[in-house]
Amino acid sequence: MSSTQKELRGASKWALSANAVLVYLFFYAPIALLVLYSFSDDELVGRWGGFTLDWYRAFGENDEVQGALGVSIRVAIISTLISVVLGTMSALALERFRFRGQKIFDALLYLPVIIPDVTMAVMMLLFFTQGISLLDSILGIQISKGIATVALSHIAFSISFVSIVVRARLAGMNEKLEEAAQDLYASKWQTFRHVTFPLIAPGVIGGALLALTLSLDDVVITQFVAGPGSTTLPVYVFGLIRRGVSPLINAVSVVMLAASILLVLLSSLAQRARGGQAT
Amino acid sequence: MGEDTVGTAADAAVAIQGVTKRFGDVVAVDNIDLEIADGEFFAMLGPSGCGKTTTLRMIAGLEFPTEGSLKIFGDEVGTLPPNKRPVNTVFQNYALFPHMSVLDNVAFGLKMQGASKKDAASAASEMISLVQLGGMEKRKPSQLSGGQQQRVALARALVNKPKVLLLDEPLGALDLKLRQEMQTELKSLQRELGVSFVFVTHDQEEALTMSDRIAVMHDGELLQVGTAEELYDRPVNRFVADFIGQTNLVDATVVDDDVIALGNGTKIMAPNPYPAGTKVSMSLRPESISIGGPDDIPDEFEQTSLRGEVTNVTYLGHSHVYTVAVDWMPLEVRTNATPTSVVYEPGSQVGIWWDRRSDWVVPDEGYGS
Amino acid sequence: MTTTSPAPSALATPEFEAANEKQKRRRGFLLALPAYVYLSLFFAIPLFIVVVYSFATRTRSGGTALEEWNLDSYRKLGEPIVTDILLRSITLAVITTVICLLLAYPFSYFLATRKETTRNIMLVFVMIPFWSNFLVRNYAWRVLLGNDGPVSQLTETIGLGETTVLFTPTAIVLGLVYGFLPFMILPMYAAIERMDWSLIEASRDLGATGFQTFKKVTFPLSMPGVIAGSILVFIPSLGAYVTPQILGGGKKTMLGSYIVTQFLTARNWPVGAAVSTVLMFVMLMATLIYFRKGGRTL
Repeated sequence: MSSTQKELRGASKWALSANAVLVYLFFYAPIALLVLYSFSDDELVGRWGGFTLDWYRAFGENDEVQGALGVSIRVAIISTLISVVLGTMSALALERFRFRGQKIFDALLYLPVIIPDVTMAVMMLLFFTQGISLLDSILGIQISKGIATVALSHIAFSISFVSIVVRARLAGMNEKLEEAAQDLYASKWQTFRHVTFPLIAPGVIGGALLALTLSLDDVVITQFVAGPGSTTLPVYVFGLIRRGVSPLINAVSVVMLAASILLVLLSSLAQRARGGQAT
Repeated sequence: MGEDTVGTAADAAVAIQGVTKRFGDVVAVDNIDLEIADGEFFAMLGPSGCGKTTTLRMIAGLEFPTEGSLKIFGDEVGTLPPNKRPVNTVFQNYALFPHMSVLDNVAFGLKMQGASKKDAASAASEMISLVQLGGMEKRKPSQLSGGQQQRVALARALVNKPKVLLLDEPLGALDLKLRQEMQTELKSLQRELGVSFVFVTHDQEEALTMSDRIAVMHDGELLQVGTAEELYDRPVNRFVADFIGQTNLVDATVVDDDVIALGNGTKIMAPNPYPAGTKVSMSLRPESISIGGPDDIPDEFEQTSLRGEVTNVTYLGHSHVYTVAVDWMPLEVRTNATPTSVVYEPGSQVGIWWDRRSDWVVPDEGYGS
Repeated sequence: MTTTSPAPSALATPEFEAANEKQKRRRGFLLALPAYVYLSLFFAIPLFIVVVYSFATRTRSGGTALEEWNLDSYRKLGEPIVTDILLRSITLAVITTVICLLLAYPFSYFLATRKETTRNIMLVFVMIPFWSNFLVRNYAWRVLLGNDGPVSQLTETIGLGETTVLFTPTAIVLGLVYGFLPFMILPMYAAIERMDWSLIEASRDLGATGFQTFKKVTFPLSMPGVIAGSILVFIPSLGAYVTPQILGGGKKTMLGSYIVTQFLTARNWPVGAAVSTVLMFVMLMATLIYFRKGGRTL
């Protein structure tokens, strides 16, 4: 595409540039101010009272926050590992094979992406409540909502996202490469190990980072399926916010934000690492 | 190669017997028989969708035949997966592994067969030099030009010492000049190695210049197998006549063994094996026709001549191409352009004639053009 | 698993071909199986349970009786309390979508007309809010709009008086736009970027003015992105829960909050389930329309 075709002129160029500046300002000003206030030595959250690291110190010393952070990390790691394996397998199945029930599977895989999270939260709540009482009454097994139910729910939506990302990568990869490997004496497993997997790896890493982010961010679903002692950081913070703002929340928020941004940058690096060479 | 000693099934490089491939209701390859001799440069030619690529893929093992026998040097291989067959393929657009260096690409097949890293690397480097890419071992395929990629693809296949090398439109992605260069190179490489090359192309010129023998396919059927001369001079039907080179196809009816009658009643000398009354087509190459004034037709060509009017002339530098209307039947005539040659303007009445060995009668059924 | 692997040098037969195809299908199925089972168990069954619950009855103690199936919960959706909430949710979601459209379209167009390097950098800075914690981003506005917050300080300084936007529908819309604007930009940018730009040149060449070209050529070509973006913004806005809670103060609830209330406080599960089912149905319809219109990716 030559740039001359896309040259903007005069007034429209100014208007568009101004709009772009506005959009970026809209995106980043609130974040920047939040970061700023997290270093403010003032009990009121929106006022500058001089520089301090007290709120971050409080973040580090608050046992409840630390506990919730621990739960978040554990849940995120477990759900990411499992959903990456299952999501990648289903992406391969859908993109490289034809089998009975494929259309239903495809639809089932899409649903968690488009369903509103409140609905999904309700679904999981009812399911686990029913399931737990069922297990109790039939098998006499006593379990309660906890880290396991949270992780199980997170996996349920993460599989789909991982599968979409990996599928996109697979679709962009020339199938002839796999044929070439087989023509060069590679078995099916060797073909996967030496050709398919290295080429979809950026997609798998991208999918993993997405699953990690989704798990670390989720409030609504987790709130419904978490039991006592399995409160994740976002759920804990959400609870705090509903009671009122505080500089401590500012600090915790900035830490969560930093984690998100780190993950985006990592994933964009992963995509770029071997970007555009899959075809 | 002097006389064509196409071997028997036992020592044919590839022997295909009654092979059919169906995809659902579509018959991609329809009951074909084909033998490719050891050391032969063999082309499969046809328009896209004719089944040539499917045939190649069946030899490679990338598709299994629905039925029929497929032998490589006497061994039945029809149901073997690609990694168990002693053939290698140069893929269309090469399919080089983008995440591996040139060296790793070329060494891949040897490693998969269990060669040690060291042996694979040294054999690969040797092959890389043979295709004149020495010094480029560390590069990634994306850092190579189209021609260089094509050499890597060749090296990657040949390093495994395949009994048959398969090439799927190997030159399709190259520009004209490079293509002509690679044609010569492929040909000499094949002679040097003595391995059978089987290549698929839709470009008849490429097939004619490079191959010992050519198979012409259409709609899943194998229409004719033969040398370039055989296909050009003695096509078996209208499709082959029209597909290989340019030709005039004129509807006619057989009168007797030596004579046919054209649509306008003109009788033409054309030896043919068909019973009287058969509808046939006469194939007449534009370059084998001579043109002159209506009264210039030499006596000995009286029985292989027509009279008509020039409707169009195109000057191509080395030749003139005339369209001559004979009772509204347009015929193309090509003459060498020399400074002294007479040019007939549109509207001129002319006579055209040809040697009786130049016309060729094909059955009229199927494949109109 | 012992599959029928035919002798290596057998003659090809239709049976072998069929067996081979079957084996390949089985391999694909086995690959999909773990996720298939997982999603059936932890997604399809929960989904089914919600639908079943929407036909159940609430007992006096706040439990749920499954014996007598009825449509009471759906009937309850016709009552003014619920229709009010529904109407408010739809209004807010529509306003949010329209604002996102107005901001995102010129932005995406501008983005798509940049040089590749500029474009990539600009895109990363759209991706960051896209991936950033939603809760935190809403919280940022809570801080900004608070009583003595910076926005209020600013308006007071320039003489507009105290800002009292927090805990109003305006704040909710602001939060939703802030949260979902990237969802509008990304598909829209993708649509505009892959547009055939020579068509625009052709249109100008044929004498169309800039505006005519936009109306007749550019906009129709970018329509898939507009539809995809609108759905991606409208659906989560309709079911939003976090934003109304944080910025709306939970005073005037939206659909998402209403569902949560039914489950966590009012303990009327059948009604909560019925509203969820309706929300899900709307979402499914929107998605189907989107795919019908030729949308490919979400």
